[in-house]
Amino acid sequence: MTDLLRIDNLGKRFGGFIALENISLAVPAGERLGLIGPNGSGKSTLVNCICGTLHNEQGTVYFDGRSVDGLAAHQRTRMGLSRSFQLPRPFVSLSLLDNIRIPLLYAVAARGAHGSTADIEARCIDLLCEVGLDAKARRLPRDLTQVEMRKLELARAMAAEPKLLIADEAMAGLTHSEIEDILALLVRLNERGVTIVLIEHIMRAVMSFSRRLVVLVSGKKIADGRPDEVMRNPEVERAYLG
Amino acid sequence: MRTPIFLIIWLVIAAAVFAGAVAFGNDYVFFAGYVVLQYVVLSTAWNILGGYCGYVNFGSAAFFALGAYSTVAIYKFYPLPIVLLLFIGGAVSGVVGLGMGYLTLRLRGAFFAIATLALAVVMETLVVNWDYVGGSRGAYIIRPEEIEPIGNYIRYLFLIMILLAVAAITIARLIEHSRLGYGFATIRDDELAAEASGVPTLRLKLIATTISGALMGMAGAPFPYYIGYLQPSSTFGLDYAVNSIAMPLIGGTTSWVGPLIGALLLGSLQQIATVTISSAVNLLIVGCLLVGFVIVAPNGIVGLVHKYLQRKPDDFVGRRKVETDAPGIVP
Repeated sequence: MTDLLRIDNLGKRFGGFIALENISLAVPAGERLGLIGPNGSGKSTLVNCICGTLHNEQGTVYFDGRSVDGLAAHQRTRMGLSRSFQLPRPFVSLSLLDNIRIPLLYAVAARGAHGSTADIEARCIDLLCEVGLDAKARRLPRDLTQVEMRKLELARAMAAEPKLLIADEAMAGLTHSEIEDILALLVRLNERGVTIVLIEHIMRAVMSFSRRLVVLVSGKKIADGRPDEVMRNPEVERAYLG
Repeated sequence: MRTPIFLIIWLVIAAAVFAGAVAFGNDYVFFAGYVVLQYVVLSTAWNILGGYCGYVNFGSAAFFALGAYSTVAIYKFYPLPIVLLLFIGGAVSGVVGLGMGYLTLRLRGAFFAIATLALAVVMETLVVNWDYVGGSRGAYIIRPEEIEPIGNYIRYLFLIMILLAVAAITIARLIEHSRLGYGFATIRDDELAAEASGVPTLRLKLIATTISGALMGMAGAPFPYYIGYLQPSSTFGLDYAVNSIAMPLIGGTTSWVGPLIGALLLGSLQQIATVTISSAVNLLIVGCLLVGFVIVAPNGIVGLVHKYLQRKPDDFVGRRKVETDAPGIVP
Protein backbone atom coordinates (compact mmCIF):
# COMPACT_ATOMS: atom_id res chain seq x y z
CA MET A 1 0.00 0.00 0.00
CA THR A 2 1.23 3.51 -0.77
CA ASP A 3 1.47 6.07 2.00
CA LEU A 4 -1.36 8.54 1.90
CA LEU A 5 0.13 10.60 4.72
CA ARG A 6 3.81 10.75 5.56
CA ILE A 7 5.40 12.89 8.23
CA ASP A 8 9.18 13.27 8.34
CA ASN A 9 10.90 14.58 11.47
CA LEU A 10 8.13 17.01 12.30
CA GLY A 11 8.86 19.52 15.05
CA LYS A 12 6.78 22.30 16.60
CA ARG A 13 7.65 24.75 19.37
CA PHE A 14 5.58 27.29 21.23
CA GLY A 15 8.27 29.70 22.43
CA GLY A 16 10.54 27.64 24.66
CA PHE A 17 8.08 24.75 24.92
CA ILE A 18 8.72 21.85 22.56
CA ALA A 19 5.29 20.55 21.61
CA LEU A 20 6.44 18.02 19.01
CA GLU A 21 9.90 16.62 18.48
CA ASN A 22 11.06 14.63 15.46
CA ILE A 23 7.77 12.92 14.78
CA SER A 24 7.88 10.58 11.80
CA LEU A 25 4.86 8.65 10.71
CA ALA A 26 3.57 6.95 7.60
CA VAL A 27 -0.14 6.22 7.13
CA PRO A 28 -0.99 3.98 4.17
CA ALA A 29 -4.22 4.44 2.26
CA GLY A 30 -7.13 2.59 3.86
CA GLU A 31 -5.48 2.49 7.30
CA ARG A 32 -7.37 2.67 10.62
CA LEU A 33 -4.87 4.37 12.86
CA GLY A 34 -5.40 5.14 16.53
CA LEU A 35 -3.41 8.00 18.03
CA ILE A 36 -3.28 8.08 21.80
CA GLY A 37 -1.39 9.88 24.51
CA PRO A 38 -2.00 11.65 27.79
CA ASN A 39 -3.27 15.23 27.88
CA GLY A 40 -0.60 17.61 26.65
CA SER A 41 1.24 14.92 24.72
CA GLY A 42 0.93 16.83 21.43
CA LYS A 43 -1.87 14.93 19.68
CA SER A 44 -3.94 17.96 18.78
CA THR A 45 -0.81 19.94 17.86
CA LEU A 46 0.16 17.13 15.49
CA VAL A 47 -3.32 17.19 13.93
CA ASN A 48 -3.13 20.96 13.61
CA CYS A 49 0.24 20.68 11.86
CA ILE A 50 -1.05 17.99 9.50
CA CYS A 51 -4.20 19.97 8.66
CA GLY A 52 -2.46 23.34 8.26
CA THR A 53 -4.02 25.09 11.26
CA LEU A 54 -0.49 25.37 12.65
CA HIS A 55 2.70 25.46 10.64
CA ASN A 56 5.55 23.18 11.62
CA GLU A 57 8.96 24.78 12.00
CA GLN A 58 10.78 21.54 11.36
CA GLY A 59 10.18 18.53 9.15
CA THR A 60 7.78 17.92 6.28
CA VAL A 61 4.23 16.69 5.91
CA TYR A 62 3.45 14.80 2.70
CA PHE A 63 -0.10 14.10 1.65
CA ASP A 64 -0.94 12.01 -1.37
CA GLY A 65 2.70 12.07 -2.44
CA ARG A 66 3.06 15.85 -2.25
CA SER A 67 4.53 18.14 0.40
CA VAL A 68 1.78 20.23 1.94
CA ASP A 69 4.08 22.46 3.98
CA GLY A 70 3.11 26.07 3.44
CA LEU A 71 -0.36 25.21 2.15
CA ALA A 72 -3.30 26.80 3.95
CA ALA A 73 -5.78 24.59 5.80
CA HIS A 74 -8.47 25.03 3.14
CA GLN A 75 -6.06 23.92 0.41
CA ARG A 76 -5.29 20.74 2.34
CA THR A 77 -9.01 20.10 2.82
CA ARG A 78 -9.50 20.47 -0.90
CA MET A 79 -6.75 17.88 -1.46
CA GLY A 80 -8.76 15.42 0.61
CA LEU A 81 -7.44 15.93 4.12
CA SER A 82 -10.37 16.48 6.44
CA ARG A 83 -10.77 16.72 10.19
CA SER A 84 -13.34 16.94 12.92
CA PHE A 85 -12.61 19.12 15.93
CA GLN A 86 -12.16 18.01 19.51
CA LEU A 87 -14.80 20.50 20.59
CA PRO A 88 -17.53 20.71 17.93
CA ARG A 89 -17.32 23.95 15.97
CA PRO A 90 -20.57 24.17 14.01
CA PHE A 91 -21.52 27.20 11.94
CA VAL A 92 -24.03 28.44 14.47
CA SER A 93 -26.06 30.71 12.24
CA LEU A 94 -26.53 28.08 9.54
CA SER A 95 -28.97 25.19 9.57
CA LEU A 96 -27.60 21.65 9.74
CA LEU A 97 -28.24 21.31 6.02
CA ASP A 98 -26.20 24.44 5.30
CA ASN A 99 -23.44 23.28 7.64
CA ILE A 100 -23.05 20.21 5.45
CA ARG A 101 -23.44 22.25 2.29
CA ILE A 102 -20.28 24.31 2.95
CA PRO A 103 -17.65 21.60 2.28
CA LEU A 104 -19.62 20.51 -0.79
CA LEU A 105 -19.66 24.07 -2.13
CA TYR A 106 -16.03 24.78 -1.40
CA ALA A 107 -13.91 21.65 -0.94
CA VAL A 108 -15.65 19.26 -3.32
CA ALA A 109 -16.44 21.89 -5.96
CA ALA A 110 -12.77 22.96 -5.97
CA ARG A 111 -11.90 19.49 -7.27
CA GLY A 112 -14.08 20.14 -10.30
CA ALA A 113 -17.13 18.22 -9.10
CA HIS A 114 -19.76 20.88 -9.73
CA GLY A 115 -23.18 19.49 -8.85
CA SER A 116 -26.48 21.23 -9.37
CA THR A 117 -28.18 22.84 -6.36
CA ALA A 118 -30.55 19.86 -6.22
CA ASP A 119 -27.63 17.39 -6.32
CA ILE A 120 -25.85 19.20 -3.50
CA GLU A 121 -29.05 19.33 -1.47
CA ALA A 122 -29.62 15.61 -1.98
CA ARG A 123 -26.05 14.84 -0.96
CA CYS A 124 -26.46 16.95 2.21
CA ILE A 125 -29.58 15.03 3.13
CA ASP A 126 -27.85 11.70 2.45
CA LEU A 127 -25.04 12.67 4.80
CA LEU A 128 -27.45 13.82 7.49
CA CYS A 129 -29.38 10.54 7.11
CA GLU A 130 -26.12 8.66 7.52
CA VAL A 131 -25.49 10.25 10.91
CA GLY A 132 -29.15 10.17 11.89
CA LEU A 133 -29.71 13.92 11.85
CA ASP A 134 -32.06 14.15 8.87
CA ALA A 135 -35.01 14.90 11.15
CA LYS A 136 -33.26 18.06 12.30
CA ALA A 137 -31.94 19.19 8.92
CA ARG A 138 -33.70 22.50 9.18
CA ARG A 139 -32.72 23.20 12.74
CA LEU A 140 -29.84 25.28 13.98
CA PRO A 141 -26.90 23.61 15.75
CA ARG A 142 -28.05 25.11 19.08
CA ASP A 143 -30.97 22.65 19.02
CA LEU A 144 -28.64 19.64 19.05
CA THR A 145 -27.54 17.44 21.94
CA GLN A 146 -23.87 16.76 22.62
CA VAL A 147 -23.83 13.51 20.63
CA GLU A 148 -25.74 15.10 17.77
CA MET A 149 -23.23 17.94 17.71
CA ARG A 150 -20.41 15.42 17.36
CA LYS A 151 -22.30 13.62 14.61
CA LEU A 152 -22.76 16.92 12.79
CA GLU A 153 -19.03 17.56 13.13
CA LEU A 154 -18.29 14.19 11.58
CA ALA A 155 -20.89 14.63 8.85
CA ARG A 156 -19.34 17.97 7.89
CA ALA A 157 -15.90 16.42 7.74
CA MET A 158 -17.31 13.58 5.63
CA ALA A 159 -19.01 16.07 3.29
CA ALA A 160 -15.57 17.22 2.13
CA GLU A 161 -15.26 13.72 0.60
CA PRO A 162 -11.88 13.15 2.22
CA LYS A 163 -9.23 10.60 1.44
CA LEU A 164 -8.04 10.95 5.02
CA LEU A 165 -10.30 11.81 7.93
CA ILE A 166 -8.84 12.79 11.29
CA ALA A 167 -11.40 12.37 14.07
CA ASP A 168 -10.14 14.31 17.07
CA GLU A 169 -11.80 12.94 20.21
CA ALA A 170 -15.09 12.43 18.43
CA MET A 171 -16.42 10.28 21.28
CA ALA A 172 -15.54 12.35 24.34
CA GLY A 173 -18.40 12.55 26.80
CA LEU A 174 -20.62 10.06 24.99
CA THR A 175 -22.44 7.06 26.40
CA HIS A 176 -21.61 3.46 25.48
CA SER A 177 -24.30 3.19 22.81
CA GLU A 178 -23.43 6.60 21.39
CA ILE A 179 -19.77 5.53 21.11
CA GLU A 180 -20.93 2.40 19.28
CA ASP A 181 -22.88 4.61 16.84
CA ILE A 182 -19.85 6.77 16.07
CA LEU A 183 -17.55 3.74 15.75
CA ALA A 184 -19.95 2.05 13.34
CA LEU A 185 -20.01 5.25 11.30
CA LEU A 186 -16.21 5.43 11.14
CA VAL A 187 -15.95 1.74 10.20
CA ARG A 188 -18.48 2.22 7.39
CA LEU A 189 -16.48 5.18 6.15
CA ASN A 190 -13.24 3.21 6.26
CA GLU A 191 -14.86 0.36 4.33
CA ARG A 192 -15.57 2.86 1.58
CA GLY A 193 -11.86 3.52 1.30
CA VAL A 194 -11.42 6.54 3.58
CA THR A 195 -8.26 6.38 5.68
CA ILE A 196 -9.04 7.24 9.28
CA VAL A 197 -6.88 8.58 12.08
CA LEU A 198 -8.74 8.32 15.37
CA ILE A 199 -7.51 10.38 18.30
CA GLU A 200 -9.20 9.20 21.43
CA HIS A 201 -8.87 8.77 25.16
CA ILE A 202 -11.52 6.03 25.36
CA MET A 203 -9.28 2.98 25.10
CA ARG A 204 -12.12 0.53 24.44
CA ALA A 205 -13.09 2.50 21.36
CA VAL A 206 -9.50 2.90 20.17
CA MET A 207 -8.69 -0.79 20.65
CA SER A 208 -11.81 -2.00 18.85
CA PHE A 209 -11.38 0.41 15.94
CA SER A 210 -7.65 0.66 15.28
CA ARG A 211 -5.54 -1.74 13.27
CA ARG A 212 -2.50 0.22 14.29
CA LEU A 213 -1.73 2.36 17.29
CA VAL A 214 0.66 5.26 17.73
CA VAL A 215 1.47 6.64 21.18
CA LEU A 216 2.68 10.18 21.82
CA VAL A 217 4.12 11.31 25.12
CA SER A 218 5.52 14.78 25.75
CA GLY A 219 5.72 15.50 22.04
CA LYS A 220 7.60 12.31 21.18
CA LYS A 221 6.43 9.14 19.51
CA ILE A 222 7.16 6.32 21.92
CA ALA A 223 5.35 3.43 20.22
CA ASP A 224 3.93 2.48 16.85
CA GLY A 225 2.50 -0.92 15.99
CA ARG A 226 -0.38 -3.35 16.37
CA PRO A 227 -2.68 -2.28 19.24
CA ASP A 228 -2.11 -5.42 21.34
CA GLU A 229 1.66 -5.12 20.95
CA VAL A 230 1.67 -1.42 21.77
CA MET A 231 -0.40 -1.93 24.90
CA ARG A 232 2.11 -4.49 26.14
CA ASN A 233 4.98 -2.06 25.58
CA PRO A 234 6.42 -1.27 29.06
CA GLU A 235 7.18 2.32 28.10
CA VAL A 236 3.56 2.87 27.06
CA GLU A 237 2.30 1.23 30.23
CA ARG A 238 4.54 3.44 32.32
CA ALA A 239 3.93 6.71 30.49
CA TYR A 240 0.33 6.43 29.46
CA LEU A 241 -1.51 3.78 31.39
CA GLY A 242 0.26 4.37 34.69
CA MET B 1 -36.87 35.05 -6.25
CA ARG B 2 -34.40 35.37 -9.10
CA THR B 3 -32.08 38.38 -9.08
CA PRO B 4 -33.35 40.02 -12.32
CA ILE B 5 -36.93 39.90 -11.02
CA PHE B 6 -35.77 41.29 -7.64
CA LEU B 7 -33.95 44.08 -9.45
CA ILE B 8 -36.94 44.93 -11.64
CA ILE B 9 -39.25 45.06 -8.59
CA TRP B 10 -36.90 47.43 -6.80
CA LEU B 11 -36.45 49.59 -9.88
CA VAL B 12 -40.24 49.90 -10.05
CA ILE B 13 -40.32 50.81 -6.34
CA ALA B 14 -37.52 53.35 -6.92
CA ALA B 15 -39.44 54.86 -9.85
CA ALA B 16 -42.56 55.07 -7.70
CA VAL B 17 -40.64 56.76 -4.86
CA PHE B 18 -39.10 59.25 -7.29
CA ALA B 19 -42.46 59.99 -8.86
CA GLY B 20 -43.98 60.39 -5.39
CA ALA B 21 -41.26 62.84 -4.37
CA VAL B 22 -41.80 64.85 -7.57
CA ALA B 23 -45.55 64.86 -6.96
CA PHE B 24 -44.96 66.15 -3.40
CA GLY B 25 -43.69 69.30 -5.02
CA ASN B 26 -41.14 70.31 -2.37
CA ASP B 27 -37.43 70.00 -3.09
CA TYR B 28 -36.66 69.50 0.58
CA VAL B 29 -37.99 65.94 0.16
CA PHE B 30 -35.13 65.33 -2.27
CA PHE B 31 -32.55 66.84 0.10
CA ALA B 32 -33.76 64.74 3.02
CA GLY B 33 -34.36 61.64 0.87
CA TYR B 34 -30.85 61.82 -0.54
CA VAL B 35 -29.35 61.54 2.96
CA VAL B 36 -31.60 58.61 3.88
CA LEU B 37 -30.71 56.80 0.64
CA GLN B 38 -27.04 57.56 1.18
CA TYR B 39 -27.33 55.77 4.52
CA VAL B 40 -29.09 52.84 2.83
CA VAL B 41 -25.99 52.43 0.62
CA LEU B 42 -23.53 52.99 3.49
CA SER B 43 -25.22 50.60 5.89
CA THR B 44 -25.69 47.94 3.20
CA ALA B 45 -22.00 48.28 2.30
CA TRP B 46 -20.96 48.10 5.96
CA ASN B 47 -23.11 45.01 6.42
CA ILE B 48 -21.30 43.08 3.68
CA LEU B 49 -18.17 43.09 5.84
CA GLY B 50 -19.59 43.67 9.32
CA GLY B 51 -22.79 41.66 9.15
CA TYR B 52 -22.03 38.87 6.69
CA CYS B 53 -18.39 38.31 7.73
CA GLY B 54 -18.53 39.59 11.31
CA TYR B 55 -15.71 42.11 10.84
CA VAL B 56 -16.69 45.41 12.46
CA ASN B 57 -15.47 48.35 10.40
CA PHE B 58 -15.21 51.67 12.25
CA GLY B 59 -13.67 53.35 9.21
CA SER B 60 -16.79 53.80 7.07
CA ALA B 61 -16.24 57.55 7.06
CA ALA B 62 -12.80 57.05 5.47
CA PHE B 63 -14.21 55.10 2.52
CA PHE B 64 -17.08 57.53 2.14
CA ALA B 65 -14.68 60.48 2.24
CA LEU B 66 -12.35 58.82 -0.26
CA GLY B 67 -15.21 58.66 -2.73
CA ALA B 68 -16.07 62.30 -2.04
CA TYR B 69 -12.47 63.55 -2.33
CA SER B 70 -11.92 61.52 -5.51
CA THR B 71 -14.76 63.58 -6.97
CA VAL B 72 -13.16 66.84 -5.73
CA ALA B 73 -9.73 65.88 -7.13
CA ILE B 74 -11.17 65.01 -10.54
CA TYR B 75 -13.49 68.02 -10.54
CA LYS B 76 -10.50 70.32 -10.08
CA PHE B 77 -8.63 68.57 -12.86
CA TYR B 78 -11.47 68.07 -15.34
CA PRO B 79 -15.16 67.87 -14.36
CA LEU B 80 -16.65 64.55 -15.43
CA PRO B 81 -20.26 63.34 -15.38
CA ILE B 82 -21.37 62.15 -11.95
CA VAL B 83 -22.02 58.62 -13.16
CA LEU B 84 -18.33 58.32 -14.12
CA LEU B 85 -17.26 59.89 -10.82
CA LEU B 86 -19.35 57.30 -9.04
CA PHE B 87 -17.32 54.48 -10.59
CA ILE B 88 -14.01 56.28 -10.03
CA GLY B 89 -14.86 56.91 -6.35
CA GLY B 90 -15.92 53.28 -6.03
CA ALA B 91 -12.70 52.07 -7.63
CA VAL B 92 -10.50 54.23 -5.37
CA SER B 93 -12.31 53.15 -2.21
CA GLY B 94 -12.40 49.55 -3.41
CA VAL B 95 -8.63 49.53 -3.89
CA VAL B 96 -8.13 51.08 -0.44
CA GLY B 97 -10.56 48.49 0.97
CA LEU B 98 -8.49 45.74 -0.63
CA GLY B 99 -5.32 47.26 0.82
CA MET B 100 -6.91 47.58 4.25
CA GLY B 101 -8.06 43.97 4.05
CA TYR B 102 -4.57 42.85 3.06
CA LEU B 103 -2.92 44.77 5.91
CA THR B 104 -5.39 43.62 8.53
CA LEU B 105 -5.83 40.02 7.41
CA ARG B 106 -4.55 38.61 10.65
CA LEU B 107 -6.53 40.95 12.90
CA ARG B 108 -9.85 39.97 14.35
CA GLY B 109 -12.48 41.41 16.66
CA ALA B 110 -11.58 44.61 18.49
CA PHE B 111 -8.12 44.70 16.88
CA PHE B 112 -9.62 44.84 13.38
CA ALA B 113 -12.09 47.51 14.49
CA ILE B 114 -9.28 49.64 15.93
CA ALA B 115 -7.24 49.24 12.74
CA THR B 116 -10.15 50.52 10.64
CA LEU B 117 -10.57 53.45 12.98
CA ALA B 118 -6.88 54.20 12.58
CA LEU B 119 -7.34 54.11 8.79
CA ALA B 120 -9.96 56.86 9.07
CA VAL B 121 -7.59 59.01 11.15
CA VAL B 122 -4.72 58.46 8.68
CA MET B 123 -6.93 59.31 5.70
CA GLU B 124 -8.25 62.45 7.35
CA THR B 125 -4.70 63.59 8.16
CA LEU B 126 -3.68 63.03 4.54
CA VAL B 127 -6.64 65.01 3.21
CA VAL B 128 -6.13 67.85 5.71
CA ASN B 129 -2.59 68.19 4.42
CA TRP B 130 -3.44 67.86 0.73
CA ASP B 131 -3.87 71.39 -0.62
CA TYR B 132 -5.01 70.31 -4.06
CA VAL B 133 -8.36 69.12 -2.62
CA GLY B 134 -8.64 72.13 -0.30
CA GLY B 135 -6.81 70.78 2.74
CA SER B 136 -8.26 71.89 6.05
CA ARG B 137 -9.92 74.90 4.36
CA GLY B 138 -12.25 72.67 2.40
CA ALA B 139 -13.25 72.77 -1.26
CA TYR B 140 -16.17 74.25 -3.16
CA ILE B 141 -17.99 72.44 -5.89
CA ILE B 142 -20.27 74.53 -8.05
CA ARG B 143 -23.09 72.31 -9.14
CA PRO B 144 -25.37 73.16 -12.06
CA GLU B 145 -28.76 74.61 -11.12
CA GLU B 146 -30.72 72.34 -13.38
CA ILE B 147 -30.27 69.29 -15.53
CA GLU B 148 -32.52 68.36 -18.43
CA PRO B 149 -35.01 66.68 -18.46
CA ILE B 150 -35.11 66.07 -14.68
CA GLY B 151 -35.12 69.67 -13.51
CA ASN B 152 -33.49 70.81 -10.29
CA TYR B 153 -30.03 69.25 -9.83
CA ILE B 154 -30.93 67.84 -6.39
CA ARG B 155 -33.54 65.69 -8.12
CA TYR B 156 -30.80 64.30 -10.34
CA LEU B 157 -28.63 63.53 -7.27
CA PHE B 158 -31.60 61.91 -5.57
CA LEU B 159 -32.23 59.77 -8.66
CA ILE B 160 -28.59 58.70 -8.75
CA MET B 161 -28.62 57.82 -5.07
CA ILE B 162 -31.85 55.84 -5.30
CA LEU B 163 -30.43 53.83 -8.21
CA LEU B 164 -27.24 53.28 -6.23
CA ALA B 165 -29.32 52.10 -3.26
CA VAL B 166 -31.15 49.63 -5.50
CA ALA B 167 -27.81 48.42 -6.87
CA ALA B 168 -26.38 48.06 -3.34
CA ILE B 169 -29.26 46.00 -1.96
CA THR B 170 -29.31 43.86 -5.12
CA ILE B 171 -25.58 43.16 -4.73
CA ALA B 172 -26.04 42.41 -1.03
CA ARG B 173 -28.91 40.01 -1.70
CA LEU B 174 -27.02 38.36 -4.54
CA ILE B 175 -24.05 37.79 -2.22
CA GLU B 176 -26.27 36.53 0.58
CA HIS B 177 -27.85 33.83 -1.56
CA SER B 178 -24.68 32.79 -3.33
CA ARG B 179 -21.75 30.51 -2.57
CA LEU B 180 -19.90 33.67 -1.52
CA GLY B 181 -22.60 34.43 1.04
CA TYR B 182 -22.30 30.95 2.56
CA GLY B 183 -18.54 31.49 2.73
CA PHE B 184 -18.99 34.87 4.44
CA ALA B 185 -21.36 33.28 6.99
CA THR B 186 -18.78 30.63 7.88
CA ILE B 187 -16.18 33.36 8.45
CA ARG B 188 -18.60 35.10 10.79
CA ASP B 189 -19.36 31.89 12.70
CA ASP B 190 -15.97 30.17 12.93
CA GLU B 191 -12.95 30.85 10.73
CA LEU B 192 -11.06 27.77 11.83
CA ALA B 193 -13.97 25.49 10.98
CA ALA B 194 -14.45 27.39 7.72
CA GLU B 195 -10.85 26.72 6.66
CA ALA B 196 -11.27 23.07 7.66
CA SER B 197 -14.33 22.94 5.37
CA GLY B 198 -12.34 24.21 2.40
CA VAL B 199 -13.37 27.88 2.58
CA PRO B 200 -10.53 30.24 1.53
CA THR B 201 -11.20 32.67 4.36
CA LEU B 202 -8.42 35.15 3.57
CA ARG B 203 -9.51 35.52 -0.06
CA LEU B 204 -13.15 35.94 0.91
CA LYS B 205 -12.26 38.60 3.47
CA LEU B 206 -10.40 40.52 0.77
CA ILE B 207 -13.44 40.27 -1.51
CA ALA B 208 -15.66 41.54 1.33
CA THR B 209 -13.42 44.50 2.20
CA THR B 210 -13.16 45.45 -1.50
CA ILE B 211 -16.91 45.28 -2.24
CA SER B 212 -17.79 47.03 1.02
CA GLY B 213 -15.20 49.77 0.48
CA ALA B 214 -16.22 50.29 -3.15
CA LEU B 215 -19.90 50.73 -2.30
CA MET B 216 -19.06 53.20 0.48
CA GLY B 217 -16.88 55.15 -1.96
CA MET B 218 -19.71 55.20 -4.48
CA ALA B 219 -22.01 56.59 -1.79
CA GLY B 220 -19.49 59.37 -1.16
CA ALA B 221 -18.75 60.27 -4.79
CA PRO B 222 -21.82 62.49 -5.43
CA PHE B 223 -21.61 64.03 -1.93
CA PRO B 224 -19.56 67.13 -2.93
CA TYR B 225 -22.27 68.01 -5.46
CA TYR B 226 -24.91 67.57 -2.76
CA ILE B 227 -23.16 69.56 -0.04
CA GLY B 228 -21.47 72.16 -2.27
CA TYR B 229 -18.69 72.78 0.23
CA LEU B 230 -16.62 69.81 1.36
CA GLN B 231 -14.43 69.94 4.43
CA PRO B 232 -12.54 67.13 6.17
CA SER B 233 -14.20 67.52 9.59
CA SER B 234 -17.68 66.92 8.17
CA THR B 235 -16.75 64.33 5.54
CA PHE B 236 -14.81 62.21 8.02
CA GLY B 237 -17.46 62.93 10.66
CA LEU B 238 -18.52 60.58 13.40
CA ASP B 239 -22.05 60.48 11.97
CA TYR B 240 -21.04 58.29 9.04
CA ALA B 241 -19.08 55.80 11.13
CA VAL B 242 -21.73 55.55 13.83
CA ASN B 243 -24.75 55.48 11.52
CA SER B 244 -23.34 52.89 9.16
CA ILE B 245 -22.82 50.57 12.15
CA ALA B 246 -25.98 51.41 14.08
CA MET B 247 -28.37 51.11 11.15
CA PRO B 248 -27.54 47.46 10.30
CA LEU B 249 -27.43 46.58 14.01
CA ILE B 250 -30.90 48.00 14.55
CA GLY B 251 -32.29 46.50 11.35
CA GLY B 252 -30.49 43.16 11.65
CA THR B 253 -27.10 42.16 10.28
CA THR B 254 -27.63 38.69 8.84
CA SER B 255 -29.77 39.74 5.90
CA TRP B 256 -29.82 42.46 3.23
CA VAL B 257 -33.20 43.61 4.60
CA GLY B 258 -31.75 44.61 7.98
CA PRO B 259 -29.56 47.53 6.88
CA LEU B 260 -32.35 48.72 4.57
CA ILE B 261 -34.90 48.79 7.40
CA GLY B 262 -32.39 50.31 9.83
CA ALA B 263 -31.33 53.03 7.40
CA LEU B 264 -34.90 53.93 6.43
CA LEU B 265 -36.01 54.01 10.06
CA LEU B 266 -33.04 55.82 11.60
CA GLY B 267 -32.34 58.01 8.58
CA SER B 268 -35.96 59.22 8.46
CA LEU B 269 -36.05 59.78 12.23
CA GLN B 270 -32.87 61.86 12.01
CA GLN B 271 -34.28 63.94 9.17
CA ILE B 272 -37.48 64.56 11.12
CA ALA B 273 -35.43 65.46 14.22
CA THR B 274 -33.28 67.81 12.15
CA VAL B 275 -36.26 69.89 11.03
CA THR B 276 -38.31 69.64 14.21
CA ILE B 277 -35.66 69.78 16.95
CA SER B 278 -32.02 70.06 15.85
CA SER B 279 -29.47 68.04 13.92
CA ALA B 280 -27.49 67.94 17.19
CA VAL B 281 -29.88 65.30 18.57
CA ASN B 282 -29.24 62.89 15.70
CA LEU B 283 -26.46 60.96 17.41
CA LEU B 284 -28.47 60.95 20.64
CA ILE B 285 -31.34 59.26 18.80
CA VAL B 286 -28.94 56.68 17.35
CA GLY B 287 -27.38 56.03 20.77
CA CYS B 288 -30.71 55.60 22.56
CA LEU B 289 -32.11 53.32 19.86
CA LEU B 290 -28.93 51.27 19.76
CA VAL B 291 -28.95 50.73 23.53
CA GLY B 292 -32.64 49.84 23.38
CA PHE B 293 -32.17 47.33 20.57
CA VAL B 294 -29.12 45.73 22.15
CA ILE B 295 -31.24 45.04 25.25
CA VAL B 296 -34.58 44.16 23.66
CA ALA B 297 -33.64 42.78 20.24
CA PRO B 298 -29.92 42.02 19.91
CA ASN B 299 -30.52 40.56 16.45
CA GLY B 300 -32.31 43.68 15.25
CA ILE B 301 -35.74 44.00 13.72
CA VAL B 302 -35.12 41.13 11.30
CA GLY B 303 -34.11 38.96 14.25
CA LEU B 304 -37.37 39.84 16.02
CA VAL B 305 -39.36 38.84 12.94
CA HIS B 306 -37.43 35.56 12.65
CA LYS B 307 -38.10 34.86 16.31
CA TYR B 308 -41.79 35.34 15.69
CA LEU B 309 -41.73 33.15 12.58
CA GLN B 310 -39.86 30.39 14.41
CA ARG B 311 -42.97 29.83 16.45
CA LYS B 312 -44.73 28.86 13.23
CA PRO B 313 -44.49 25.27 11.97
CA ASP B 314 -43.02 26.07 8.57
CA ASP B 315 -40.48 28.57 9.67
CA PHE B 316 -37.35 30.33 8.66
CA VAL B 317 -34.20 29.03 10.23
CA GLY B 318 -31.24 31.30 10.73
CA ARG B 319 -30.35 33.46 7.81
CA ARG B 320 -32.21 31.69 5.04
CA LYS B 321 -35.15 29.44 4.54
CA VAL B 322 -34.12 25.86 3.97
CA GLU B 323 -35.90 24.91 0.83
CA THR B 324 -36.25 21.18 0.54
CA ASP B 325 -39.08 18.78 0.12
CA ALA B 326 -36.87 15.72 0.13
CA PRO B 327 -38.20 12.67 1.93
CA GLY B 328 -37.06 12.19 5.48
CA ILE B 329 -37.14 15.87 6.34
CA VAL B 330 -39.46 16.57 9.21
CA PRO B 331 -40.21 20.25 9.81
